[in-house]
Amino acid sequence: MAAIAALVSVLAVGAAWAQGPGGYNPIGPGVSLDGNWGPVFHEDAHERGPGPELVNYLGLPITEGARMYGLAWDASRFTIPEHQCEVHIVSYIYRGPYNLRIWEERDPVSQKLIAIKQYIDNYQQTRTIWMDDRPHPPDVAPHTWMGFSTGKWEGNILTVETTHLKWGWIRRNGLRHTDQATLTEHFIRHADHLTHVSILTDPITLTEPLIKTQDLVLRIQNGQTWLYPCEPVVEIERPRGAVPNYLPGENPFLHEFADHYHIPVDAALGGAQTAYPEYQSKVKAGAK
Amino acid sequence: MRSVFAALVCLAAALSAQPPGDLVTLKVQGNVYVISGAGGNIAVQTGDQGILVVDTGLANMSDRVVAAIRKLSDKPIQYVINTHVHPDHTGGNEAVRKTGLTYVGANVTGNLTDAGVGAQIWAQDNVLKRMSAPTGRQSSTPFGSWPTETFVAGRKQLFFNGEPVEIVHQPAAHTDGDSLVIFRRSDVVVTGDIFVTTSYPFIDVDRGGSIQGELNALNNIMEIAVPGLQDEGGTYLVPGHGRVCDQPDLLEYRDMVTIIRDRVQAAIKKGMTLEQVKAASLTRDYDGRYSAKSGFGSGEMFVEAIYKTLTGKKLAR
Repeated sequence: MAAIAALVSVLAVGAAWAQGPGGYNPIGPGVSLDGNWGPVFHEDAHERGPGPELVNYLGLPITEGARMYGLAWDASRFTIPEHQCEVHIVSYIYRGPYNLRIWEERDPVSQKLIAIKQYIDNYQQTRTIWMDDRPHPPDVAPHTWMGFSTGKWEGNILTVETTHLKWGWIRRNGLRHTDQATLTEHFIRHADHLTHVSILTDPITLTEPLIKTQDLVLRIQNGQTWLYPCEPVVEIERPRGAVPNYLPGENPFLHEFADHYHIPVDAALGGAQTAYPEYQSKVKAGAK
Repeated sequence: MRSVFAALVCLAAALSAQPPGDLVTLKVQGNVYVISGAGGNIAVQTGDQGILVVDTGLANMSDRVVAAIRKLSDKPIQYVINTHVHPDHTGGNEAVRKTGLTYVGANVTGNLTDAGVGAQIWAQDNVLKRMSAPTGRQSSTPFGSWPTETFVAGRKQLFFNGEPVEIVHQPAAHTDGDSLVIFRRSDVVVTGDIFVTTSYPFIDVDRGGSIQGELNALNNIMEIAVPGLQDEGGTYLVPGHGRVCDQPDLLEYRDMVTIIRDRVQAAIKKGMTLEQVKAASLTRDYDGRYSAKSGFGSGEMFVEAIYKTLTGKKLAR
């Protein structure tokens, strides 16, 4: 009995030490994500570099309205100066960072975690994930490329909820989500690998949540390309206010991707059903 | 001509009859704040000289609007500016004006508070014409809510609270009396209902609005607004309804209005009637985001306004 009491006593003291003086643990739960992380480029290559083929909406759970929006989109819109420096929205930008730096911001007195900050070299975005339980801003507040994010630790997984997004890419070939979209993310560290899970919800452009993952690796060296200066210029002189777009039914690239890969146009036009394995059987059956 | 305004008055009355929600006050930047929830958005500029208010919301929200303004400053309200005529933006004119004052000089000392003059109300001249009526006829709005000062020469400039304030007329856009209010040091543009984030533009054709004027105005704002570092922030826009925006937000909206105009124009060139154009669902890609279920701001009404102003046709209602 005395031995058990002594053991309990030792464990209790140990637990108190682990929490710091007075039982206070300033570090809090979770793991450190600090460091410079780099992308794994063999994933989802069509989303990186020059971007995806035109009218390739395959596997995306888009609404009919989102599809019509995409088919009206003319890549010449990139020549409009105001579009040239448009930032990749937070729900898309992780496909493209060459460098992602993560660090913590702590209260200097209490050492409590205030925020987890991220710097993404692509479009030089600094993102703040508030960890101090502050509320999201009111509806009338501005929307931003990185949105307003709050996070919490679920075990060793950092879960982040983001609101106040601008319109931004679902896929960089004309498919966009609206400013009503919200984003849930999980950052999961496995030693020197970081898995990022994003779950995009937009009742206007998506029939079901769009779930994506991407992996990053910890870099011992700092890497390069930390800057992304962008200066818009007039590339093509047009009448004031002109917006390149295809009228309904007149997109000249409707068949290009589908024909190249010998798939039906209906598949290229996407929709939730095209994301699931059984759709392949349906396409094969249709081809016979 | 009177039908749309009558409908707007009815809408304002209906909105007035609803239980009021909470007003939300948010600092935009510099000296400018926005008060949301009283009908149209209200912008407030504060400083050492006093208070300038852009639009006044619905009439029945006036007490709460004045209380919200008073939380920002105890200085006198000297100026009210109306971006346009509609009652969700001018309904509180009388009440807000009465709480303010106009400083005077010459052979009058002090101010005219005792005479009940209150703050000055500025607007483009067509706003006064729409709110008032010739002598002997019934006006659509009470005398006390009318603009006390108007301008006709394209723009009116003030220097107030240490910054230039420009009121710039945008002809034949949402109505024929729209103005942008530009706070040049704060770098904020109040757009009135030329730009809203809650619906398609409501082009009040019966009150002088047109699709080309609407697009001209949107492109004017595009040129005034300068995005900040990495295409965000910089000049902020207070829309007539909805959230505070920057130029990239306006860009998405301007593109949408232009694209739908292009579609309706192409349909007209093909000889399609209004009914055929409506049946073609030319706004389907944007309806989920912008279409009100019916009436003002609906896709159907937007397409009808475009068709009407591009063809110059008077359509039966």
